[in-house]
Amino acid sequence: MSNTDIIIHDEKDNVGVVVIEKITPDQECNCWIMENDKSVSIQSKDEIPLGHKIAMIDLNEGDTILKYGHDIGKVVKNIKKGEHVHVHNVKTKKW
Amino acid sequence: MEIPKSFLGYKRENGRAGTRNHVIILPVDDISNACAEAVANNIKGTIALPHSYGRLQFGADLELHFRTMIGTGKNPNVAAVIVIGIEPKWTKRIVDAISSTGKPVEGFSIEGVGDIDTIAKVSKKAQEFSMWASEKQREECPMSDLWISVKCGESDTTSGLASNPTVGNLMDKLEPLGVHLCFGETSELTGAETVCEKRGKTPEAQAKFKKTWNDYNDFILKEATDDLSESQPTAGNIAGGLTTIEEKAFGNFQKIGGCQFIDVLEPAEEPTKGAGLYFMDTSSAAAECVTLQAAGGFNLHLFPTGQGNIIGNPIEPVIKLTANPLTAKTMSEHIDVDVSRILSREMNLSQAGDKLIKSTIRVANGRLTCAEALGHKEFVMTKLYRSA
Repeated sequence: MSNTDIIIHDEKDNVGVVVIEKITPDQECNCWIMENDKSVSIQSKDEIPLGHKIAMIDLNEGDTILKYGHDIGKVVKNIKKGEHVHVHNVKTKKW
Repeated sequence: MEIPKSFLGYKRENGRAGTRNHVIILPVDDISNACAEAVANNIKGTIALPHSYGRLQFGADLELHFRTMIGTGKNPNVAAVIVIGIEPKWTKRIVDAISSTGKPVEGFSIEGVGDIDTIAKVSKKAQEFSMWASEKQREECPMSDLWISVKCGESDTTSGLASNPTVGNLMDKLEPLGVHLCFGETSELTGAETVCEKRGKTPEAQAKFKKTWNDYNDFILKEATDDLSESQPTAGNIAGGLTTIEEKAFGNFQKIGGCQFIDVLEPAEEPTKGAGLYFMDTSSAAAECVTLQAAGGFNLHLFPTGQGNIIGNPIEPVIKLTANPLTAKTMSEHIDVDVSRILSREMNLSQAGDKLIKSTIRVANGRLTCAEALGHKEFVMTKLYRSA
Protein backbone atom coordinates (compact mmCIF):
# COMPACT_ATOMS: atom_id res chain seq x y z
CA MET A 1 0.00 0.00 0.00
CA SER A 2 1.41 3.39 -0.99
CA ASN A 3 1.41 6.14 1.62
CA THR A 4 -1.83 8.02 2.02
CA ASP A 5 -1.50 11.80 1.76
CA ILE A 6 -5.19 12.71 1.76
CA ILE A 7 -8.27 11.05 3.26
CA ILE A 8 -11.77 11.59 1.86
CA HIS A 9 -14.68 10.61 4.13
CA ASP A 10 -17.42 9.89 1.61
CA GLU A 11 -17.53 9.14 -2.10
CA LYS A 12 -19.78 12.20 -2.62
CA ASP A 13 -17.31 14.61 -0.96
CA ASN A 14 -15.70 17.35 -3.07
CA VAL A 15 -12.91 17.97 -0.55
CA GLY A 16 -10.26 15.77 1.06
CA VAL A 17 -8.17 16.22 4.23
CA VAL A 18 -4.36 16.30 4.24
CA VAL A 19 -3.08 13.69 6.71
CA ILE A 20 0.68 14.16 6.32
CA GLU A 21 2.61 17.11 7.81
CA LYS A 22 2.04 19.13 4.64
CA ILE A 23 1.69 18.75 0.91
CA THR A 24 3.61 21.03 -1.43
CA PRO A 25 2.51 22.64 -4.72
CA ASP A 26 2.49 20.28 -7.72
CA GLN A 27 2.74 17.22 -5.48
CA GLU A 28 1.13 14.06 -6.83
CA CYS A 29 -0.98 12.95 -3.85
CA ASN A 30 -2.51 9.59 -3.00
CA CYS A 31 -6.07 9.87 -1.70
CA TRP A 32 -8.02 7.20 0.16
CA ILE A 33 -11.82 7.26 0.22
CA MET A 34 -12.89 5.80 3.57
CA GLU A 35 -16.47 4.98 2.58
CA ASN A 36 -15.66 2.59 -0.27
CA ASP A 37 -11.93 1.93 0.37
CA LYS A 38 -11.05 3.22 -3.13
CA SER A 39 -7.93 5.16 -4.01
CA VAL A 40 -7.63 8.16 -6.31
CA SER A 41 -4.84 10.64 -6.98
CA ILE A 42 -4.73 14.41 -7.33
CA GLN A 43 -2.10 17.03 -8.12
CA SER A 44 -1.95 19.82 -5.54
CA LYS A 45 -1.73 23.49 -6.50
CA ASP A 46 -0.97 24.95 -3.06
CA GLU A 47 1.03 24.13 0.03
CA ILE A 48 -1.56 22.63 2.42
CA PRO A 49 -0.80 21.72 6.05
CA LEU A 50 -1.94 18.67 8.04
CA GLY A 51 -5.67 18.67 8.70
CA HIS A 52 -6.51 21.25 6.03
CA LYS A 53 -8.66 20.57 2.99
CA ILE A 54 -7.94 20.29 -0.72
CA ALA A 55 -10.52 20.74 -3.51
CA MET A 56 -11.04 17.49 -5.40
CA ILE A 57 -12.82 19.29 -8.30
CA ASP A 58 -13.18 22.86 -9.61
CA LEU A 59 -15.69 24.73 -7.44
CA ASN A 60 -17.54 27.93 -8.27
CA GLU A 61 -18.87 30.68 -6.02
CA GLY A 62 -22.17 29.53 -4.53
CA ASP A 63 -21.34 25.80 -4.77
CA THR A 64 -21.87 23.61 -1.73
CA ILE A 65 -18.92 21.92 -0.02
CA LEU A 66 -19.65 18.28 0.76
CA LYS A 67 -17.78 16.44 3.52
CA TYR A 68 -19.00 13.34 5.39
CA GLY A 69 -21.44 13.32 2.45
CA HIS A 70 -23.11 16.39 3.97
CA ASP A 71 -23.35 20.14 3.32
CA ILE A 72 -20.69 21.91 5.39
CA GLY A 73 -20.88 25.40 3.81
CA LYS A 74 -20.77 27.46 0.63
CA VAL A 75 -17.99 28.55 -1.73
CA VAL A 76 -17.50 32.35 -1.62
CA LYS A 77 -14.57 32.54 -4.06
CA ASN A 78 -13.90 30.25 -7.02
CA ILE A 79 -11.62 27.32 -6.15
CA LYS A 80 -9.59 25.26 -8.63
CA LYS A 81 -9.08 21.52 -8.26
CA GLY A 82 -6.02 20.96 -6.05
CA GLU A 83 -6.27 24.30 -4.21
CA HIS A 84 -6.49 24.88 -0.46
CA VAL A 85 -10.10 25.06 0.81
CA HIS A 86 -10.56 27.06 4.03
CA VAL A 87 -12.00 30.21 5.62
CA HIS A 88 -10.69 32.41 2.75
CA ASN A 89 -12.95 30.73 0.18
CA VAL A 90 -15.68 28.90 2.14
CA LYS A 91 -18.25 30.20 4.65
CA THR A 92 -20.93 28.68 6.85
CA LYS A 93 -24.56 28.73 5.67
CA LYS A 94 -25.64 29.26 9.31
CA TRP A 95 -25.75 32.57 11.18
CA MET B 1 -10.74 -8.42 20.85
CA GLU B 2 -13.03 -9.86 23.48
CA ILE B 3 -14.59 -7.00 25.42
CA PRO B 4 -13.92 -7.21 29.18
CA LYS B 5 -17.02 -7.95 31.21
CA SER B 6 -16.02 -6.18 34.41
CA PHE B 7 -13.85 -3.56 36.05
CA LEU B 8 -12.73 -2.86 39.61
CA GLY B 9 -14.83 -0.14 41.18
CA TYR B 10 -16.07 1.15 44.52
CA LYS B 11 -19.56 -0.11 45.26
CA ARG B 12 -21.79 2.54 46.81
CA GLU B 13 -24.70 2.36 49.21
CA ASN B 14 -27.28 3.03 46.46
CA GLY B 15 -26.07 0.28 44.11
CA ARG B 16 -24.01 2.49 41.81
CA ALA B 17 -20.24 2.04 41.47
CA GLY B 18 -17.46 4.60 41.36
CA THR B 19 -14.19 4.60 39.45
CA ARG B 20 -12.76 6.94 42.11
CA ASN B 21 -13.12 7.32 45.86
CA HIS B 22 -13.10 11.06 46.55
CA VAL B 23 -14.09 12.83 49.75
CA ILE B 24 -15.23 16.26 48.58
CA ILE B 25 -15.59 19.58 50.38
CA LEU B 26 -18.35 21.30 48.42
CA PRO B 27 -18.94 25.03 48.87
CA VAL B 28 -22.55 26.07 48.25
CA ASP B 29 -21.46 29.56 47.19
CA ASP B 30 -18.46 31.63 46.14
CA ILE B 31 -17.84 33.11 49.60
CA SER B 32 -17.52 29.65 51.17
CA ASN B 33 -14.61 28.71 48.90
CA ALA B 34 -11.96 29.93 51.35
CA CYS B 35 -13.32 27.75 54.12
CA ALA B 36 -13.63 24.70 51.86
CA GLU B 37 -10.09 25.12 50.58
CA ALA B 38 -8.69 25.56 54.10
CA VAL B 39 -10.34 22.28 55.19
CA ALA B 40 -9.04 20.42 52.15
CA ASN B 41 -5.60 21.79 52.91
CA ASN B 42 -5.81 20.58 56.53
CA ILE B 43 -7.15 17.12 55.87
CA LYS B 44 -5.34 14.81 53.44
CA GLY B 45 -7.45 12.68 51.17
CA THR B 46 -10.06 15.40 50.68
CA ILE B 47 -10.59 17.75 47.77
CA ALA B 48 -12.28 21.16 47.69
CA LEU B 49 -14.44 22.13 44.71
CA PRO B 50 -14.33 25.94 44.62
CA HIS B 51 -16.50 27.75 42.06
CA SER B 52 -17.79 31.25 41.33
CA TYR B 53 -21.53 31.26 42.04
CA GLY B 54 -24.36 30.36 44.39
CA ARG B 55 -25.60 33.76 45.59
CA LEU B 56 -28.81 35.55 44.55
CA GLN B 57 -29.54 33.16 41.73
CA PHE B 58 -33.20 32.53 40.97
CA GLY B 59 -35.59 30.54 38.79
CA ALA B 60 -34.19 27.97 36.35
CA ASP B 61 -30.67 29.26 36.96
CA LEU B 62 -30.93 28.54 40.70
CA GLU B 63 -32.45 25.12 40.01
CA LEU B 64 -29.49 24.31 37.76
CA HIS B 65 -27.12 25.43 40.51
CA PHE B 66 -28.77 23.05 42.99
CA ARG B 67 -28.90 20.23 40.45
CA THR B 68 -25.17 20.62 39.77
CA MET B 69 -24.24 20.76 43.48
CA ILE B 70 -26.47 17.83 44.40
CA GLY B 71 -25.48 15.72 41.38
CA THR B 72 -21.80 16.27 42.09
CA GLY B 73 -22.29 15.06 45.65
CA LYS B 74 -24.36 12.07 44.53
CA ASN B 75 -21.83 10.96 41.88
CA PRO B 76 -20.57 7.45 42.75
CA ASN B 77 -16.96 8.60 42.33
CA VAL B 78 -17.56 10.48 45.58
CA ALA B 79 -17.42 8.42 48.80
CA ALA B 80 -18.45 11.14 51.24
CA VAL B 81 -19.37 14.81 51.12
CA ILE B 82 -19.02 17.89 53.29
CA VAL B 83 -21.18 20.83 52.23
CA ILE B 84 -20.29 24.34 53.42
CA GLY B 85 -22.49 27.38 52.76
CA ILE B 86 -22.83 30.83 54.21
CA GLU B 87 -26.49 30.22 55.18
CA PRO B 88 -28.04 27.02 56.59
CA LYS B 89 -31.13 26.73 54.34
CA TRP B 90 -29.56 26.14 50.93
CA THR B 91 -26.82 24.07 52.58
CA LYS B 92 -29.44 21.78 54.12
CA ARG B 93 -31.29 21.40 50.83
CA ILE B 94 -28.12 20.09 49.18
CA VAL B 95 -27.20 17.85 52.13
CA ASP B 96 -30.68 16.30 52.26
CA ALA B 97 -30.70 15.51 48.54
CA ILE B 98 -27.23 13.94 48.61
CA SER B 99 -28.14 11.85 51.66
CA SER B 100 -30.73 9.99 49.54
CA THR B 101 -27.79 7.98 48.17
CA GLY B 102 -27.00 6.69 51.68
CA LYS B 103 -23.42 8.01 51.57
CA PRO B 104 -21.99 10.00 54.50
CA VAL B 105 -22.77 13.71 54.09
CA GLU B 106 -22.69 16.59 56.54
CA GLY B 107 -23.48 20.30 56.14
CA PHE B 108 -22.05 23.36 57.88
CA SER B 109 -22.91 27.04 57.64
CA ILE B 110 -20.53 29.90 58.34
CA GLU B 111 -22.90 32.69 59.36
CA GLY B 112 -22.72 33.44 63.13
CA VAL B 113 -19.61 31.24 63.49
CA GLY B 114 -16.95 32.68 61.20
CA ASP B 115 -14.37 30.98 59.03
CA ILE B 116 -11.88 29.92 61.71
CA ASP B 117 -14.24 28.01 64.01
CA THR B 118 -16.05 26.56 60.99
CA ILE B 119 -12.76 25.33 59.55
CA ALA B 120 -11.90 23.66 62.87
CA LYS B 121 -15.31 22.00 63.15
CA VAL B 122 -15.44 20.89 59.51
CA SER B 123 -11.87 19.62 59.61
CA LYS B 124 -12.75 17.16 62.37
CA LYS B 125 -15.63 15.75 60.33
CA ALA B 126 -13.54 15.74 57.15
CA GLN B 127 -10.81 13.77 58.91
CA GLU B 128 -13.38 11.20 60.00
CA PHE B 129 -14.76 10.90 56.43
CA SER B 130 -11.30 10.72 54.86
CA MET B 131 -10.13 7.93 57.15
CA TRP B 132 -13.41 6.07 56.69
CA ALA B 133 -13.20 6.31 52.89
CA SER B 134 -9.56 5.20 52.88
CA GLU B 135 -10.63 1.70 53.91
CA LYS B 136 -12.96 1.24 50.94
CA GLN B 137 -11.75 -1.50 48.59
CA ARG B 138 -12.28 -1.91 44.87
CA GLU B 139 -14.50 -4.83 43.93
CA GLU B 140 -15.40 -6.49 40.67
CA CYS B 141 -18.25 -4.56 39.00
CA PRO B 142 -20.09 -5.37 35.78
CA MET B 143 -19.44 -3.12 32.78
CA SER B 144 -22.99 -1.83 33.17
CA ASP B 145 -21.74 0.08 36.24
CA LEU B 146 -19.77 2.28 33.86
CA TRP B 147 -21.47 5.54 32.98
CA ILE B 148 -19.37 7.10 30.24
CA SER B 149 -19.72 10.70 29.09
CA VAL B 150 -18.03 12.12 25.99
CA LYS B 151 -17.14 15.59 24.76
CA CYS B 152 -14.46 16.72 22.32
CA GLY B 153 -12.39 19.89 22.41
CA GLU B 154 -9.80 21.89 20.47
CA SER B 155 -11.06 19.80 17.60
CA ASP B 156 -9.55 19.76 14.15
CA THR B 157 -10.19 17.67 11.09
CA THR B 158 -8.30 14.72 12.61
CA SER B 159 -11.03 14.62 15.30
CA GLY B 160 -13.73 13.95 12.71
CA LEU B 161 -11.50 11.57 10.75
CA ALA B 162 -10.26 9.40 13.57
CA SER B 163 -10.41 10.28 17.28
CA ASN B 164 -14.17 10.95 17.39
CA PRO B 165 -14.97 7.82 15.32
CA THR B 166 -12.75 5.87 17.78
CA VAL B 167 -15.06 6.98 20.59
CA GLY B 168 -18.02 6.04 18.37
CA ASN B 169 -16.51 2.59 17.89
CA LEU B 170 -16.21 2.19 21.68
CA MET B 171 -19.86 3.23 22.07
CA ASP B 172 -20.96 0.69 19.48
CA LYS B 173 -19.08 -2.04 21.36
CA LEU B 174 -20.06 -1.05 24.93
CA GLU B 175 -23.71 -0.09 24.43
CA PRO B 176 -24.82 -3.76 24.20
CA LEU B 177 -23.22 -4.38 27.63
CA GLY B 178 -25.67 -2.02 29.32
CA VAL B 179 -23.33 0.95 29.73
CA HIS B 180 -24.90 4.40 30.22
CA LEU B 181 -23.52 6.84 27.62
CA CYS B 182 -23.89 10.60 27.28
CA PHE B 183 -23.02 13.21 24.67
CA GLY B 184 -23.83 16.92 24.76
CA GLU B 185 -22.64 20.16 23.14
CA THR B 186 -25.86 21.62 21.78
CA SER B 187 -24.09 24.45 19.90
CA GLU B 188 -21.61 22.12 18.23
CA LEU B 189 -24.33 20.09 16.59
CA THR B 190 -25.34 23.14 14.56
CA GLY B 191 -25.34 22.11 10.93
CA ALA B 192 -25.85 18.45 11.84
CA GLU B 193 -28.96 19.09 13.96
CA THR B 194 -31.44 17.43 11.61
CA VAL B 195 -29.21 14.38 11.13
CA CYS B 196 -28.76 14.18 14.92
CA GLU B 197 -32.48 14.54 15.55
CA LYS B 198 -33.11 11.41 13.45
CA ARG B 199 -30.87 9.45 15.84
CA GLY B 200 -33.50 9.74 18.53
CA LYS B 201 -34.79 6.25 19.27
CA THR B 202 -38.39 7.37 19.74
CA PRO B 203 -40.50 10.21 18.30
CA GLU B 204 -40.53 11.68 21.84
CA ALA B 205 -36.73 11.71 22.05
CA GLN B 206 -36.54 13.27 18.57
CA ALA B 207 -39.08 15.97 19.43
CA LYS B 208 -37.29 16.75 22.68
CA PHE B 209 -33.98 17.13 20.85
CA LYS B 210 -35.53 19.37 18.23
CA LYS B 211 -37.01 21.66 20.87
CA THR B 212 -33.73 21.80 22.81
CA TRP B 213 -31.74 22.74 19.72
CA ASN B 214 -34.34 25.28 18.53
CA ASP B 215 -34.42 26.94 21.97
CA TYR B 216 -30.66 27.19 21.88
CA ASN B 217 -30.66 28.63 18.36
CA ASP B 218 -33.30 31.21 19.30
CA PHE B 219 -31.13 32.24 22.24
CA ILE B 220 -28.09 32.65 19.96
CA LEU B 221 -30.08 34.71 17.46
CA LYS B 222 -31.33 36.94 20.30
CA GLU B 223 -28.00 37.44 22.11
CA ALA B 224 -25.48 37.40 19.29
CA THR B 225 -24.26 40.83 18.21
CA ASP B 226 -22.81 39.54 14.96
CA ASP B 227 -22.66 35.77 14.64
CA LEU B 228 -20.70 33.03 16.32
CA SER B 229 -17.96 32.98 13.73
CA GLU B 230 -15.44 34.27 16.30
CA SER B 231 -16.07 31.38 18.67
CA GLN B 232 -17.55 28.63 16.49
CA PRO B 233 -15.25 27.38 15.06
CA THR B 234 -12.57 28.67 17.47
CA ALA B 235 -9.23 30.06 16.30
CA GLY B 236 -7.72 26.71 17.35
CA ASN B 237 -10.24 24.80 15.26
CA ILE B 238 -9.48 26.98 12.24
CA ALA B 239 -5.72 26.53 12.67
CA GLY B 240 -6.42 22.80 12.63
CA GLY B 241 -8.24 23.05 9.30
CA LEU B 242 -11.89 23.23 10.37
CA THR B 243 -13.65 25.87 8.27
CA THR B 244 -17.29 26.03 9.36
CA ILE B 245 -19.55 25.07 12.28
CA GLU B 246 -21.26 22.53 10.02
CA GLU B 247 -17.95 20.77 9.37
CA LYS B 248 -17.20 20.81 13.10
CA ALA B 249 -20.66 19.46 13.88
CA PHE B 250 -20.45 16.47 11.55
CA GLY B 251 -17.02 15.68 13.02
CA ASN B 252 -18.39 16.01 16.54
CA PHE B 253 -21.32 13.76 15.72
CA GLN B 254 -18.94 10.86 14.90
CA LYS B 255 -18.52 10.32 18.65
CA ILE B 256 -21.81 8.46 19.01
CA GLY B 257 -20.99 5.84 16.38
CA GLY B 258 -24.16 4.12 15.25
CA CYS B 259 -25.99 4.55 18.57
CA GLN B 260 -29.42 6.09 19.01
CA PHE B 261 -30.22 8.34 21.99
CA ILE B 262 -33.09 7.29 24.22
CA ASP B 263 -33.73 10.59 25.98
CA VAL B 264 -32.70 14.24 26.17
CA LEU B 265 -31.49 15.46 29.56
CA GLU B 266 -31.56 18.92 31.08
CA PRO B 267 -28.10 20.17 32.07
CA ALA B 268 -26.86 18.11 35.07
CA GLU B 269 -29.98 15.91 35.01
CA GLU B 270 -29.58 12.29 36.01
CA PRO B 271 -30.80 9.78 33.40
CA THR B 272 -33.70 7.60 34.48
CA LYS B 273 -34.57 5.52 31.43
CA GLY B 274 -31.97 2.79 31.93
CA ALA B 275 -28.84 1.92 30.01
CA GLY B 276 -28.11 3.42 26.61
CA LEU B 277 -27.16 6.72 25.04
CA TYR B 278 -28.45 10.09 26.30
CA PHE B 279 -28.11 13.59 24.90
CA MET B 280 -27.57 16.29 27.53
CA ASP B 281 -28.23 19.94 26.73
CA THR B 282 -24.84 21.50 27.55
CA SER B 283 -22.55 24.28 26.54
CA SER B 284 -19.71 23.22 24.28
CA ALA B 285 -17.16 24.79 26.62
CA ALA B 286 -15.20 21.79 27.88
CA ALA B 287 -15.11 22.38 31.63
CA GLU B 288 -18.77 23.43 31.81
CA CYS B 289 -19.88 20.41 29.81
CA VAL B 290 -17.89 17.82 31.79
CA THR B 291 -18.98 19.38 35.11
CA LEU B 292 -22.63 18.98 34.04
CA GLN B 293 -22.12 15.40 32.86
CA ALA B 294 -20.38 14.48 36.12
CA ALA B 295 -23.31 16.02 37.99
CA GLY B 296 -25.61 13.81 35.88
CA GLY B 297 -23.89 10.82 37.48
CA PHE B 298 -21.33 9.84 34.82
CA ASN B 299 -18.23 8.24 36.30
CA LEU B 300 -15.71 8.25 33.43
CA HIS B 301 -15.17 10.68 30.59
CA LEU B 302 -13.68 10.28 27.09
CA PHE B 303 -12.30 13.43 25.52
CA PRO B 304 -11.01 13.37 21.92
CA THR B 305 -8.89 16.37 20.98
CA GLY B 306 -7.20 17.56 17.81
CA GLN B 307 -5.07 20.58 18.60
CA GLY B 308 -4.70 19.63 22.28
CA ASN B 309 -7.29 20.54 24.93
CA ILE B 310 -5.91 19.94 28.45
CA ILE B 311 -9.08 19.79 30.57
CA GLY B 312 -9.67 17.62 33.64
CA ASN B 313 -12.40 17.32 36.26
CA PRO B 314 -12.10 16.94 40.04
CA ILE B 315 -14.34 13.88 40.38
CA GLU B 316 -14.75 12.34 36.91
CA PRO B 317 -11.51 11.06 35.33
CA VAL B 318 -11.04 12.48 31.83
CA ILE B 319 -9.26 10.26 29.29
CA LYS B 320 -7.83 12.18 26.37
CA LEU B 321 -7.21 10.77 22.95
CA THR B 322 -5.90 12.34 19.78
CA ALA B 323 -5.39 11.33 16.17
CA ASN B 324 -3.25 14.36 15.40
CA PRO B 325 0.34 13.09 15.20
CA LEU B 326 1.77 16.55 15.94
CA THR B 327 -0.34 16.95 19.08
CA ALA B 328 0.53 13.42 20.20
CA LYS B 329 4.19 14.43 19.94
CA THR B 330 4.20 18.01 21.22
CA MET B 331 1.65 17.54 24.05
CA SER B 332 2.32 13.93 24.98
CA GLU B 333 1.90 14.54 28.73
CA HIS B 334 -1.79 15.34 28.08
CA ILE B 335 -2.60 12.45 25.77
CA ASP B 336 -3.71 9.13 27.30
CA VAL B 337 -4.43 7.36 24.02
CA ASP B 338 -2.70 8.07 20.70
CA VAL B 339 -4.72 6.91 17.68
CA SER B 340 -2.78 8.89 15.07
CA ARG B 341 -1.81 5.68 13.31
CA ILE B 342 -5.35 5.63 11.89
CA LEU B 343 -4.31 8.51 9.64
CA SER B 344 -1.28 6.64 8.31
CA ARG B 345 -3.58 3.61 7.93
CA GLU B 346 -1.37 1.48 10.17
CA MET B 347 -4.34 1.01 12.51
CA ASN B 348 -8.03 0.62 11.66
CA LEU B 349 -10.97 2.06 13.55
CA SER B 350 -11.86 -1.18 15.28
CA GLN B 351 -8.29 -1.61 16.54
CA ALA B 352 -8.36 1.99 17.78
CA GLY B 353 -11.70 1.36 19.53
CA ASP B 354 -10.21 -1.71 21.24
CA LYS B 355 -7.18 0.31 22.34
CA LEU B 356 -9.51 2.93 23.85
CA ILE B 357 -11.58 0.27 25.62
CA LYS B 358 -8.41 -1.15 27.21
CA SER B 359 -7.40 2.31 28.45
CA THR B 360 -10.93 2.94 29.69
CA ILE B 361 -10.87 -0.21 31.81
CA ARG B 362 -7.42 0.61 33.19
CA VAL B 363 -8.57 4.07 34.21
CA ALA B 364 -11.82 2.69 35.62
CA ASN B 365 -9.65 0.31 37.68
CA GLY B 366 -7.72 3.22 39.11
CA ARG B 367 -4.91 4.20 36.73
CA LEU B 368 -4.52 7.99 36.86
CA THR B 369 -5.34 9.89 33.70
CA CYS B 370 -2.86 12.45 32.36
CA ALA B 371 -5.20 15.21 33.55
CA GLU B 372 -5.34 13.74 37.07
CA ALA B 373 -1.56 13.34 37.23
CA LEU B 374 -1.15 16.95 36.07
CA GLY B 375 -3.63 18.22 38.66
CA HIS B 376 -6.43 19.39 36.34
CA LYS B 377 -9.56 19.87 38.46
CA GLU B 378 -11.74 22.23 36.43
CA PHE B 379 -15.11 22.53 38.18
CA VAL B 380 -17.16 25.12 36.32
CA MET B 381 -20.80 25.88 37.00
CA THR B 382 -23.04 26.70 34.06
CA LYS B 383 -24.92 29.96 34.59
CA LEU B 384 -28.07 30.60 32.56
CA TYR B 385 -28.43 34.36 33.25
CA ARG B 386 -27.34 37.09 35.66
CA SER B 387 -28.19 36.91 39.34
CA ALA B 388 -30.76 39.08 41.09
